[in-house]
Amino acid sequence: MRIELEKRAKISTLFSILSPFIAFLLMIVFGGIMFALLGKNPVTALYSFFVEPLSEVWSLHELAIKAAPLILIAVGLSVCFRSNNWNIGAEGQFIMGAIAGSILPVVFYDWQSPLVLPLMMLMGMLGGALFAAIPAFLKAHMNTNEILTSLMLVYVAQLFLDWLVRGPWRNPGGMNFPETRTFAANAILPEMIASGRTHWGFAFAIIAAILVWFMMRYTLKGFEISVLGQSERAGRFAGFSSRRMIWFSMLLSGALAGLAGISEVSGAIQQLRPVISPGYGFTAIIVAFLGRLNPLGIIAAGLVLALTYLGGEAAQLSLGVSDKVTRVFQGLLLFFVLSCDTLIHYRIRLVWYRFTASDLDGSR
Amino acid sequence: MPVEGATANSPLLTVSNLTKLFGSFAACNDINLQIDQGEIHALLGENGAGKSTLVKMLFGVLAPTAGEIVWQGRNVRIASPAAARKLGIGMVFQHFSLFEALTVAENIALSMDSNISLAKVAEEASRLSHAYGLPLDPKAHVADLSVGERQRIEIVRALLQNPRLIILDEPTSVLTPQEADRLFETLNKLKAEGRSVLYISHRLEEVQRICDRATVLRHGKVTGACDPRAETPASLARMMVGSDVAAVTAEGTSTKGDVQLEARHLSVSARTPFAVSLKNICLKVRAGEVLAIAGVAGNGQGELFDALSGEYPVADDAAVQIRQKPVGTRNINARRLMGAGFVPEERHGHAAVSAMPLSDNLVLARSRSDAKAFLGGGFLNIIRRDAVAAATKRISEAMDVRKSGEDPPAGSLSGGNLQKFIVGRELDRQPAVLVVNQPTWGVDAGAASRIRQALVDLAKAGSAVLVISQDLDEIFEVATEIAVISEGRLSDPYPARELSREKIGLLMGGMYGKTEGTGAVHAH
Repeated sequence: MRIELEKRAKISTLFSILSPFIAFLLMIVFGGIMFALLGKNPVTALYSFFVEPLSEVWSLHELAIKAAPLILIAVGLSVCFRSNNWNIGAEGQFIMGAIAGSILPVVFYDWQSPLVLPLMMLMGMLGGALFAAIPAFLKAHMNTNEILTSLMLVYVAQLFLDWLVRGPWRNPGGMNFPETRTFAANAILPEMIASGRTHWGFAFAIIAAILVWFMMRYTLKGFEISVLGQSERAGRFAGFSSRRMIWFSMLLSGALAGLAGISEVSGAIQQLRPVISPGYGFTAIIVAFLGRLNPLGIIAAGLVLALTYLGGEAAQLSLGVSDKVTRVFQGLLLFFVLSCDTLIHYRIRLVWYRFTASDLDGSR
Repeated sequence: MPVEGATANSPLLTVSNLTKLFGSFAACNDINLQIDQGEIHALLGENGAGKSTLVKMLFGVLAPTAGEIVWQGRNVRIASPAAARKLGIGMVFQHFSLFEALTVAENIALSMDSNISLAKVAEEASRLSHAYGLPLDPKAHVADLSVGERQRIEIVRALLQNPRLIILDEPTSVLTPQEADRLFETLNKLKAEGRSVLYISHRLEEVQRICDRATVLRHGKVTGACDPRAETPASLARMMVGSDVAAVTAEGTSTKGDVQLEARHLSVSARTPFAVSLKNICLKVRAGEVLAIAGVAGNGQGELFDALSGEYPVADDAAVQIRQKPVGTRNINARRLMGAGFVPEERHGHAAVSAMPLSDNLVLARSRSDAKAFLGGGFLNIIRRDAVAAATKRISEAMDVRKSGEDPPAGSLSGGNLQKFIVGRELDRQPAVLVVNQPTWGVDAGAASRIRQALVDLAKAGSAVLVISQDLDEIFEVATEIAVISEGRLSDPYPARELSREKIGLLMGGMYGKTEGTGAVHAH
């Protein structure tokens, strides 16, 4: 017997919709097997991982808080990935955005003005974009692989933040803890709804998703992005510049990652610490692909991946398993999403093959 | 036309009811074919007719879905190319698989199944190559060889297996007329030895010249089996495309106008190690004129197109002139705005994005030149889908583009229909200057004739048309002037009526006409 992948005459619409759901289902199945191997009842474990966090109002707010940065970053990444620019360094751009946006509340903490918050957001976007400009410059002008440079710059950003909060930006009144001073009230992103902690970062994420969706769907810029992503040569024929597209997509995704960073710090943490992200910048890559690189799909995918963070925390408490379980689920999901995409382009056939006399004749 | 019955001597290969399905699509549908000992059998068909699929099944690359292959009276299943070679079937592919850094002998040795010493391979290869009139130096590096010589390696490689049947896939598409003549001599030698040849082509003239019988495929089915010598090119073409192919009429070309496209001492150094540099190219195309540039592939045609279209602008602004204005440093859209249109050689991934629908592929070429019609919403540049859809429909109707559905992906169209759309996309603008690279490469006869007629008509209507082509039949059909490109140098232009195929063949080989006294024919 052998398995044959047979190319479909046309891309299957059915499977391009079903594929993320099949992937999610497979993740549940294999996650259940993993829990069983850990000696936990898979049903109760999965329940506490995926259902319990959705059962209370406060945890729904937590879901939105966690989904906001994932969606914001993934929307930017979708533009990068669609244009064939592989920005893997959103985590670093997130951190640099958070640092740049925190200059006002940390260094100029006694400046009180309604301008503080909008300026923080702008500086956050600028910080993320400038940090993304490094791999953009290297790719556009030195032909350097952006996957490597953007990824390596993540560690630069992480260590820079670590140095800042232990050194120059450490809170003078903070008992020597590696933290900056907590932000003043006018530097904190307010809550959106009275019922809980969800801050305006979630609104930014939804607005960004809709704007980018509009750009991709209706405008010449969106068309340019798709064309250059599918064929650089055809893009050149159309008069589009792939070099300018490197800059555009990297700066856009850097700015959105930076906005996510400063929103997270200003809205949820309210100070800088050595670690401000549980890997949002990397998880957003999964979000982008699970959402089929479509900004509206990314909103849904962002909520799903946010759930894995909450589930990990819940599982840690109620089951006593390591929160690394979150990473395992995220990894399973990405793996299955990418492999289920095969179904869109191919049909799988099992071929039963028997030897016959004529085979032997033929090979003699 | 009915399939002919078996001839007196027993057939070498009989294929009955062979079918290959890809999903629900039948690439080959119920194919019957018979090849006798010692015949050159043509497999004719337009692009996408199923020729390659059929041959791949015979060579063990694809497994048939249904049907039988009978080889020398025995029913066989050919599981792999190695099995095919053991049976005595050899194949020379259209695209060669050679290592450029290795010598001829090393390349041949790599394909041999058993461990024979390199010296022995070299000896055997040179013996065979001389016996069949395919001169080859076993010690030469492949990188230094011409395309024709590389093809000889592939043929010798196939011959070393002592095959009964040799399959050749579009062998002359890369050869000069002289090289093709040489190949035909070799084929006749093989035939005289009692070997059979399955010759895949869409060039009717060649098939008539060398083939004893022909099987014609259309849409995966056999539409005819015949003696090509008893047919006319028109009747063969009819079997291939299913309808009469209109002859291109180039008569009555209008008087020439002003120079609309000009290259002045255009030199471009090679962008990559594999590219050809352009050396001091001068050309002029006047309104009402079709200048055709002949040449064997890989002699700078692509580079010339890039420089003329502005996909890769050149340093010297004056080196390229459109409507008597220097544009050398301007990009492709600036040149389009001055009234120029461009059709590149490669359809997929250059002239069109395969996965995108036709309407998007219309926007691809005309987003700037037709911004007024196709874009709205001010600085947002929103694509006006209704206007684009109407223009797509107009072009499809004007060029008779056959497609499944209203706006299918470009990749789902056959080569001919997509090319008609790509050419129609430019004609729809009535360009004053049109530069086309290989206008009918890999296109079926019906579409090719339509495209050529459109080019001739455009010139008649007062545009300047530059056609870069490897196809001499095409060049003689459309051109008023002909120049030849070889190793990045362009010959002087000659009036099409005064130029013979032999002369073009010599120019292709780099023999420039400047010293032969005909250089001053064209008054530039």
